[in-house]
Amino acid sequence: MTPRLRCGVRLTYDRTRQTHVLLFPEGVLVPNATAAAVLELCDGERTVPDIAAALGERYAGVREGDVGDVLARLVDRQVVEWA
Amino acid sequence: MGVTEEVQGVRPPLGMLAELTHRCPLHCPYCSNPVELVTRERELGTEEWCSVLDQARDLGVLQVHLSGGEPLARPDLPELVTRASGLGCYVSLVTSGLGLTEARLADLVDRGLAHVQLSVQGADAARANLLAGAKAHDHKLTAAALVKRFELPLSVNVVLHRANHDQLEGMIALAERMGADRLELANTQFYGWALRNRDALLPTREQLAAAEPVVRAAIERLKGSMQVVYVLSDYYEQYPKPCMSGWGAQQLTVAPDGTVLPCPAATAITTLPLENVRERPLAEIWYDSESFNAYRGEDWMREPCRTCERRTVDFGGCRCQAFQLTGDAAATDPVCRRSPDRGLVDVLLEPPHGSGEFVMRGVR
Ligand code: SF4
Ligand code: SF4
Repeated sequence: MTPRLRCGVRLTYDRTRQTHVLLFPEGVLVPNATAAAVLELCDGERTVPDIAAALGERYAGVREGDVGDVLARLVDRQVVEWA
Repeated sequence: MGVTEEVQGVRPPLGMLAELTHRCPLHCPYCSNPVELVTRERELGTEEWCSVLDQARDLGVLQVHLSGGEPLARPDLPELVTRASGLGCYVSLVTSGLGLTEARLADLVDRGLAHVQLSVQGADAARANLLAGAKAHDHKLTAAALVKRFELPLSVNVVLHRANHDQLEGMIALAERMGADRLELANTQFYGWALRNRDALLPTREQLAAAEPVVRAAIERLKGSMQVVYVLSDYYEQYPKPCMSGWGAQQLTVAPDGTVLPCPAATAITTLPLENVRERPLAEIWYDSESFNAYRGEDWMREPCRTCERRTVDFGGCRCQAFQLTGDAAATDPVCRRSPDRGLVDVLLEPPHGSGEFVMRGVR
């Protein structure tokens, strides 16, 4: 199972607010730093362990369970789906 | 663990509704464009719109809705899509579908168009064309198929009123056949041409009661495949809608002639000194103008809103509606049960309702 952004959802960096933003047809979400880091790796190719490993190279103490937790919430918000 | 940040304080706008033109091949009697339509000669030019888009992005706008009238009536639409998407905005096209050919859509998608909102007037061609005042329905089916073929998210927008509530189920089924990702079923809000046609458009209590279980069932049944959003007929409600999520809080509208509006209907408030991007930078209008500050926050509120616990929920309702019905834009929205003016709305709900004859929206 590989997570990816749902059709029509785009992740970009907003320099006005100096933060990542998720844009979709009728809304804007401002992901926190952790969620943004996970979202950047949701390309429909990487699995959850892949994402956790990639994050682990940048941050200390990344657990697969936490990544899964963040992803579950993003799925709930209908911005991420499982490919 | 949460996944979003809470944003505090005075905020830059998130969204801009760019009404590129009031010209439209349709003549919907419920159109929210003002009765005094802006003529082609007074429309902003391409350079002016590009500057508006630049300024909007600088100001913080992330969502750009290219709307109208019919935005496809502007030959420079492709250029404006390129500009807005190049700036990093999420660009939606709000269209009747007329004029959306395969070649035009392919080009717009290439230029970064992200999403299409398509209006639907009725469940079948006969009714839909009658309500649109044009042979439009079949073009919409074509347009929807194209949007899906290019794999863009498709929203179908239906304005509900007395002359199409009976086709509600049919319109939901149509949106499903079109492959819509999102369906907005919005009871008419009374501004512009819709206000002029209110007698004929206001749904009956029976229609609204019949619609409720249909909508509820559709929301449940389509969960996960099509998001169904229902906008209430506020005249029949106890409390007003949280109009614009607050005045000058998240959104701005730029009218075809460059007038900057805190709400798309704000030209209705004739006492409001509106400003124009031709004369003042957008950021100054957003932060410093009298029009955007007039009803921002809570300082303008009087009783009963000032001390009401719902003021952070509905912001006292709609300023345009308050002005249209009471003549005072700072009054409590008369839809509210706590408003001393609620009687003005109640009399409108009493049968007999008007003749059902529409004044079709102006040509141009
Ligand atoms: S509501 Fe109808 S007439 Fe008004 S702009 Fe939309 S399509 Fe045109
Ligand atoms: S009194 Fe004002 S704030 Fe309270 S519910 Fe009515 S409109 Fe909203």
